[in-house]
Amino acid sequence: MADKLRTIQNLEALQARYVGTGHADTTRHEWAQNIVRDSYASYIGHPPLLQYMAVGLNEPKEKVRMQMLEKMVRGAGNPPEIED
Amino acid sequence: MATTSHMFMYGLTIQPPTAITQAVLGQFAGTKEQQIITASGSKLSIHRPDTIASKVKTIYSEDIRGIIRSLAVFRLAGSHKDYLIIGSDSGRIAIVEYVPSTNRFKQIHLETFGKSGVRRVIPGQYLAADPKGRACMIASTEKNKLVYVLNRNSQAEVTISSPLEAHKQNTIVFAMTSLDVGYENPIFAALETDHTEADQDPSGMAYEEMQKMLVYYELDLGLNHVVQSWSEPVDRTANMLFQVPGGADGPSGVLVCAEDNITYRHSNQDPYRVAIPRRMGPTENPERKRTIVSGVMHRMRGAFFFLLQTEDGDIFKVTVEMAENSEGQLTGEVQGLKIKYFDTVPVASSLVIFKSGYLYVACESGDQHLYQFESLGDDDDETEFTSELVEGDPTTPYQPTYFRPRGLVNLQLTENIKSLSPLIDTKIANLADEDAPQIFSISGSGARSSFRTIKHGLEVSELVESELQATPSFVWTTKLTQSDEFDRYIVLSFANGTIVLGVGEEVVEMTEEAGFLPSAPTIAVQQLGEDSIIQVHPRGIRHLFPDNRVNEWPSPQHRTIVAASTNSQQVVVALSSGEIVYFELDADGSLAEYDERKQMSGTVTCLSLGQVPEGRQRSSFLAVGCDDSTVRILSLDPGTTLESKSIQALTAAPSALSIMSMIDSSSGGTSLYLHIGLHSGVYLRTVLDDVTGELSDTRTRFLGAKPVKLTQVTVSDQTAVLALSSRPWLGYSDVQTNGFVITPLNYDALEYAWNFTSEQCAEGMVGIQGRHLRIFSINSLGNNMLQEIIPLAYTPRRFVQHPEQPLFYVIESDNNVLSPATRERLTQASEAQNGEAESLPPAEFGYPRGSGHWASCIQIVDPLFSKEVVFTLEMEDNEAAVSVTAVPFPSQDGETFLAVGTVKDMDVSAQSSAASYIHIYRFHDDGRSLEFIHKTKVEDPPLALRPFKGYLLAGLSRILRLYDLGLKQLLRKCQAPVVNTTIVDIQTQGHRIVVSDIRESVTYVVYEPQENSLIPFVNDAIPRWTTSTTMVDYETVAGGDKFGNLWLLRCPQTVSEAADENGGTHIMHERGYLQGTPHRLDLMIHYYAQDMPTSVHKAQLVAGGQDILVWSGIQGTIGILVPFASREDVDFFQNLATQLVSLNPPLAGRDHLAYRSYYAPVKSVIDGDLCETFFLLPNDKKLMIAGELDRSVREIERKISDMRTRVAY
Repeated sequence: MADKLRTIQNLEALQARYVGTGHADTTRHEWAQNIVRDSYASYIGHPPLLQYMAVGLNEPKEKVRMQMLEKMVRGAGNPPEIED
Repeated sequence: MATTSHMFMYGLTIQPPTAITQAVLGQFAGTKEQQIITASGSKLSIHRPDTIASKVKTIYSEDIRGIIRSLAVFRLAGSHKDYLIIGSDSGRIAIVEYVPSTNRFKQIHLETFGKSGVRRVIPGQYLAADPKGRACMIASTEKNKLVYVLNRNSQAEVTISSPLEAHKQNTIVFAMTSLDVGYENPIFAALETDHTEADQDPSGMAYEEMQKMLVYYELDLGLNHVVQSWSEPVDRTANMLFQVPGGADGPSGVLVCAEDNITYRHSNQDPYRVAIPRRMGPTENPERKRTIVSGVMHRMRGAFFFLLQTEDGDIFKVTVEMAENSEGQLTGEVQGLKIKYFDTVPVASSLVIFKSGYLYVACESGDQHLYQFESLGDDDDETEFTSELVEGDPTTPYQPTYFRPRGLVNLQLTENIKSLSPLIDTKIANLADEDAPQIFSISGSGARSSFRTIKHGLEVSELVESELQATPSFVWTTKLTQSDEFDRYIVLSFANGTIVLGVGEEVVEMTEEAGFLPSAPTIAVQQLGEDSIIQVHPRGIRHLFPDNRVNEWPSPQHRTIVAASTNSQQVVVALSSGEIVYFELDADGSLAEYDERKQMSGTVTCLSLGQVPEGRQRSSFLAVGCDDSTVRILSLDPGTTLESKSIQALTAAPSALSIMSMIDSSSGGTSLYLHIGLHSGVYLRTVLDDVTGELSDTRTRFLGAKPVKLTQVTVSDQTAVLALSSRPWLGYSDVQTNGFVITPLNYDALEYAWNFTSEQCAEGMVGIQGRHLRIFSINSLGNNMLQEIIPLAYTPRRFVQHPEQPLFYVIESDNNVLSPATRERLTQASEAQNGEAESLPPAEFGYPRGSGHWASCIQIVDPLFSKEVVFTLEMEDNEAAVSVTAVPFPSQDGETFLAVGTVKDMDVSAQSSAASYIHIYRFHDDGRSLEFIHKTKVEDPPLALRPFKGYLLAGLSRILRLYDLGLKQLLRKCQAPVVNTTIVDIQTQGHRIVVSDIRESVTYVVYEPQENSLIPFVNDAIPRWTTSTTMVDYETVAGGDKFGNLWLLRCPQTVSEAADENGGTHIMHERGYLQGTPHRLDLMIHYYAQDMPTSVHKAQLVAGGQDILVWSGIQGTIGILVPFASREDVDFFQNLATQLVSLNPPLAGRDHLAYRSYYAPVKSVIDGDLCETFFLLPNDKKLMIAGELDRSVREIERKISDMRTRVAY
């Protein structure tokens, strides 16, 4: 029992520390939200990827970076209506 | 790494990335001089401005073996030295110092704060340091921010605290900077949005109403914690922050740059806002808003200003107005902002202003620029817009302002630093028919695009070229006295005579005055002792004294002099009888012959003495080359004069010898080397032990088809060897590693050459080529890749070579750019109204933009003869070219046509389009122009085209289709859906087709002619976002993906054979496995290269080299993968790499093996870049590794350098 409690506590610590760590009740939207944000953060953080997209879009890297941060904010869009 | 794998590759970078992520300025050497440190890919470089030559020189660069994401500079109060903080993918903060004495970076602190890798919540993306050097903040894109307090201890060393957290859940950071608050508590400013509410609100209202906040984080130095001290909403589109000087220099605070406006903000001041002026012109959309994409703040004595650049490249000068008190002193109260147009330069990722009056522009695409300030734009008639025109509140609307762009007024371009970034595609071919193939590349973006021919070689600048009456066979230069600074005579030897040219105000012939024997050819010329000169000719030695006395030593009867070597104290000649006669200069300045002559076994072909070492009486060795293919080393020391020391057997008769002292990477000092040139065109370099005269560590290189001649020259203050064969080569020590390299010169083949020092050129060379006398110099040894540049119109996408002619067809397209037809129409409409409008060069000003528009064309480039674009065909109807190939159709008598895939009204981000076509063009004038035949509408964008068995193979989304050429359009022959998403690349060999998917790696497809069907039979188990592939052999494909991996996949032998069984009935009826093809590919090698591979080729790079894989990266990298020939080499390099990982850890603290295994574990590749860092290690570490590996340092260095020179540069 104590072990299980510790596992839960550890998981909670992980979830607090690393945004996007899943749990048993993760919804589809939450999951997608994290995927979108993780992806864009990665595109911004890898200079060759950002440059590749900037060349493709014919925009300066700073503008592409901006658009991606904005997409991070948006995430996977509006959350679904909560049905009770 | 599995050691059981049968294949191993050696990964090496031959041209490091040149795309600059960030550039920072500082006094890193601790002197008054400012340097810049740039980050490009994983490479950290430090550069120094050379104000005399108006150039930037790279002092040192290091591969940190990690991804550099951000840089910040700080200086502790009272110190004169700047330190660098690196934000990387290591999950650690690294503080680095540049040590000028050793010319290396030194890590002084490394603090771990999180996981490695580029992650959303691991800091490293943003970095800001307090201007007083008391703290720094490192942040991630979401949530996490850490503050480290920086201080110094009693030894004046930098100390770093444990991190203080300033995390905020659900917050995305857009920009971060530090505030200049003097000596008050350090404050960091961040642009943030909080998406907590938007994540919970299904209606989307919360997202619409979301505000962007400017947040101040204050580090309380007394309480040692971080608090959010101020937060205000700013423009929702804000993207950048700039620090405004504070303390005694200014009002403090920040500039918040947003779309169309710039606002001054601070906690205790009113906001002031100016609009970013928009371009005026007939082709400009007056509604288009500009964004600031880069900028720099510059302080001068008592003043400061900002230069901010928009996405068009226009630089605006922004100044802050401050109130004055009654005594006329600035109070620090802000009264307004002013903005005015400054100049236009290419869009930069970083701008840096040097105190010495230079602006360094790290351009996003293409070459980097260095400008000199002509003025600061203080008193020109450019309109100045003030904040009085615009309300400070971000929500209030305002009238836009306009300006007219013009040519440079305040800046002047002083240097263009070549850069291949973004490198979009390459081809390797030997079109120029040289001994080594050339790399043809397309790079750049927009109007700054170019086609570049890349060759291995050193740039030569020619100073003089003059024609002579006859063809000379040798040339020398000489001083008149020992104390002369410059050479005074140029001596030319012809088949039957000698001419002396005096060098002074002008060059005059003075054979008589000089006292030379004019009627005989010359073998050697030397300034001897204090002030005499000797001329060695076949019949004797003529010793000329300054008082016109002549001493002649005649050669013995019936014998002539066939070879000679001289230095300032010694003369040695070889007679036709095989005797060697040795002379030394005696005390009274005359030549004294040694009483014995040495009889050699064969005819002597060449001799070398070497220079007299400093502080010594004589050179103690004589190298004698004989026609029995040997080189002997004879002693010249008193007591053992002309005794044999050692002997080296050669593969051919030696044609030239040269003993010289050069920089040695193994010992760190200099060593004696014996350079040997052979009649067969082979060149050897051996180390000559300066005590025993033993020869060791021989390195061989084939230089060309002609006998090699050698000359000692001086280039960039180092002794180098000029080796002449069918091409001139220079052997020198690499600027950084000190390792010996030999590089061809980009110059005509020379018969002979000699060092030449004159007032005009201290390190020149004089050479003869046919009847021409040429004087030239080599400016820099830093760059051994030459680029020939041909400008292109738009961003190049793909290119293809003409099947027979040395011509390339480049397809180019630019998104959101007006096509020439639209531009023309708009300009004409405006000219009808307003008269003539001047057009600005697009290379600097860019093309006029328009959302949804495409400008696209096909250009024919002739890189060999005219070196220009010979034909341009603009696409019409908003079509953009996406793929190109040259395809022969047997149905048209084997005539080759150019097929170009186009997409109309393409939207890149939505991946949608109005229609897609395949255009067919006929070649005219040997391929120098194109005629449009017809176009065929296809249902999906044709992103890949390839000739195949007399048909055209096209990849249309999921479908692979075969087309034949019809009269009106292309005719479908056969098709099959072969992949899951989109085909981006097709390679073929025999009946086999290798198809790359945009997301799902490669699939092998077999074409069955009897059944007329395309059958996919093997694919990959891992999704690789493929960019480019090449077939290495019938079973194997090499490729790269968007995340920077290189890999090699192989089809199992049995599957490969089954696929080619007749009829393919077996494979056609096999059942798919796990929603894929029936079989899977085996992974052979995998390697994380950091840069994104854009092309992969199997090719040779040097004459006689083996086949290797050459890849290019978008950031301008060119790299190679070399297969290992033997198991022993693999073991050796594996051990070496293991030693280097532990003894030479990466600068920013990334785990090396984890870095090379970023997305998938590295497999069967040894990191050659890591192995080459061995050259950069201090001697004690080299010895330590050598001890561990049970080999000598020299042996290790030889193995490392052989690995490179065998196949590449």
